[in-house]
Amino acid sequence: MSHYYFDHNATSPVAPGVLQCLVDSIAEVSGNASSIHYYGQAAKRKLEGARRKLAGSLGCDPRELVFTSGGTESDNLAILGVGRKALRETGRAHVVTSAIEHPAVLNACTQLEREGAQLTVLPVDGVGRVEPGDVKRALRPDTCLVSIHHANNEIGTIEPVAKLAKAAREGGALFHTDAVQTVGRTPVDARVLGIDLMSIGGHKCGGPKGVGALYIRKGVELDAILHGGHHERDRRAGTENVPGAVALAAAISGGPDLWIGIAGLRDRLERGVLARVPGTRLNGDPSSRLSNTSNIAFDGIGGEAMVISLDLRGYAVSSGSACSSGAVEPSHVLLALGMDKQTARSCVRFSLGPGNTVEQVDGLIEAVADSVAHLRRVSPAPLTREFAHA
Amino acid sequence: MHDALIAVAMSGGVDSSAVAALMKRQGHNVAGLTMQLWNQRRLPQLATEATTGRCCSLDDVYDARRVAEQLEMPFYVVNLEEHFEESVVKPFVADYLEGRTPIPCTHCNTFIKFDRFLELADSVGARSIATGHYARVTRNDDTGRWELRTAVDLSKDQTYFLWGLTQEQLSRTLFPLGGMTKPEVRQLAVDFELAVAGKPESYEICFVPNGDYAGFIDAYLNEKGAGAVDAQGAIVHEDGRKLGNHAGAHRFTVGQRKGLGIAAPEPLYVISTDPKSQTVTVGGNDSLLRSTLVARDINWISWAGLEAPARVDVRIRNRHVPSPAELVPLPGGRVEVRFDVPQRAVTPGQGAVFYSGDLVVGGGWIE
Repeated sequence: MSHYYFDHNATSPVAPGVLQCLVDSIAEVSGNASSIHYYGQAAKRKLEGARRKLAGSLGCDPRELVFTSGGTESDNLAILGVGRKALRETGRAHVVTSAIEHPAVLNACTQLEREGAQLTVLPVDGVGRVEPGDVKRALRPDTCLVSIHHANNEIGTIEPVAKLAKAAREGGALFHTDAVQTVGRTPVDARVLGIDLMSIGGHKCGGPKGVGALYIRKGVELDAILHGGHHERDRRAGTENVPGAVALAAAISGGPDLWIGIAGLRDRLERGVLARVPGTRLNGDPSSRLSNTSNIAFDGIGGEAMVISLDLRGYAVSSGSACSSGAVEPSHVLLALGMDKQTARSCVRFSLGPGNTVEQVDGLIEAVADSVAHLRRVSPAPLTREFAHA
Repeated sequence: MHDALIAVAMSGGVDSSAVAALMKRQGHNVAGLTMQLWNQRRLPQLATEATTGRCCSLDDVYDARRVAEQLEMPFYVVNLEEHFEESVVKPFVADYLEGRTPIPCTHCNTFIKFDRFLELADSVGARSIATGHYARVTRNDDTGRWELRTAVDLSKDQTYFLWGLTQEQLSRTLFPLGGMTKPEVRQLAVDFELAVAGKPESYEICFVPNGDYAGFIDAYLNEKGAGAVDAQGAIVHEDGRKLGNHAGAHRFTVGQRKGLGIAAPEPLYVISTDPKSQTVTVGGNDSLLRSTLVARDINWISWAGLEAPARVDVRIRNRHVPSPAELVPLPGGRVEVRFDVPQRAVTPGQGAVFYSGDLVVGGGWIE
């Protein structure tokens, strides 16, 4: 059986050009970029070349970029780094975030709360948008950071980040955005967005896993969260992952061209599914959404069962529910949109990428229609059933 | 479209892993499914060193996944924690508080493993399921009924927990280990070089890691904000003498001898517990003997029902040797069991399972 990948918001395959670039630099770079000798200098040249290239893609200064191990570390560095500095210097820290952030942001915020900070979690509207006015109202004299993602990985909604950042900065707070789902897929300019901190990852846009970066606007200071050598201007200790940085820069500079036609495929999938399958609804903001993402609720179906059923038909998708082991709650993102638990459990996320074709999309539409028909037949109301107590 | 796909319930233990290997070797198209039923980290005050190795711990899911990888079969973890809590844990707690001694494994089989799991099988397009239970299913062409029979390895037989299975459930269930002994199954796991071949067996109720039921109930109620059970009461001898006090009738089960905290010249056993008055009645061994019991919610398996009194052997707890008795039909789907020889510690809440030779005729809950 052939297998087709429609889960690019979880991770994407490494783009062919990026793979070559990664393999080459693993082979070429043998030195430690912090060493003073010939080998070290060669590694340092590669690293700084990657930093300049990435800065070119993001419209920033190379010195404003810190390489990290990925989006999660970048989020942690931004939130813990800014928050701990404020706590250390003033004894107070107030952080504002939204209810639909990635766990890397939400859990870094709750960690900061344990360390003495105060947290405000903003609601979102029915399509997942954060209201700039809400940010304004949440600000306090001790607010050190507002963290709102650029786009949501589950429903694809793109936040009005420029407006949100403006609101935060006018109130004297720094603004961080997790842009892991957008950077590398679409052109993103740090200056145009007007943000202070931005998390970037490599593997959602054709780069390798295990590498990312944090944009830190010139003048913004934060405490390091990893302690060791003086790498990355004392902001991130650890021997630099030069091949990873090179591949990250390549993926992000080449990505947007590869992802350019995806919206058409996504729309074809969406039209096909909504037309073929009764009892379906679209989630997220149709007017401002990631071009590759479609999140659909299927009445009376368990998203988990749907994912399994499609997988056995050769199509990899993801359910809206957070199905990491141990988690039983439906997706916090979908619940924050105002959905009830049962509807939230009925949602499936399709996220496309450059490797998908019209034929694959048409095949997926058929498979979805088949799966839904089958699941509705065998299990008319899978989640409402009450158990009799014998 | 998935011809003869079989869903294997994989717990990460030796038995279900061996089932997966067997089905795969026989050339079946199989998918492995692990049900995540209970979060072992949920009531941390109960944690023991053994907790991490418990059923449904992350380690077990890891083991199940490793076996599925080894056998190159599709594998999925499905979270049924909410259903498990509703249909197994809550009734377990309620039963204890009402003075019964429940068997959660039977509820789990009836409402999760052979109910939700069959729905899961349906949803992935599998007609049949295979599990690592030690029991056999046969079809009787004369009666047209599906029959449940004891395992060949009687020391591992699990039919006592399976009497609730319906004809529909039995018709879709494979018990590939029913004809094997435990040593044979272990050998099979070794032969297949399964990663779990040397894994120890678990005997406790999966969500009570340390076997302390009363402690579990207190911790669970405490989590729900209900506070510990305030159920102090008297321990009374059946002749009417008050012998002492106890901290909750739910801490006692019929037949229990140890832990009464009473010094007496003769051995004393719990004869009954009354949750209303919180009285625990104790007495000598002979007082534990009962020659009859009434069972309700009867599920008939190899018989379609009971019209007239009939002879069977009745098992009243898991390791109890089935004892000859007459079954007498009562109104309301209940039956009376009249033992030839009085039986010790007939315990409300446990199952009474009716056997005829190796056939499981049916079963019900002891009132």
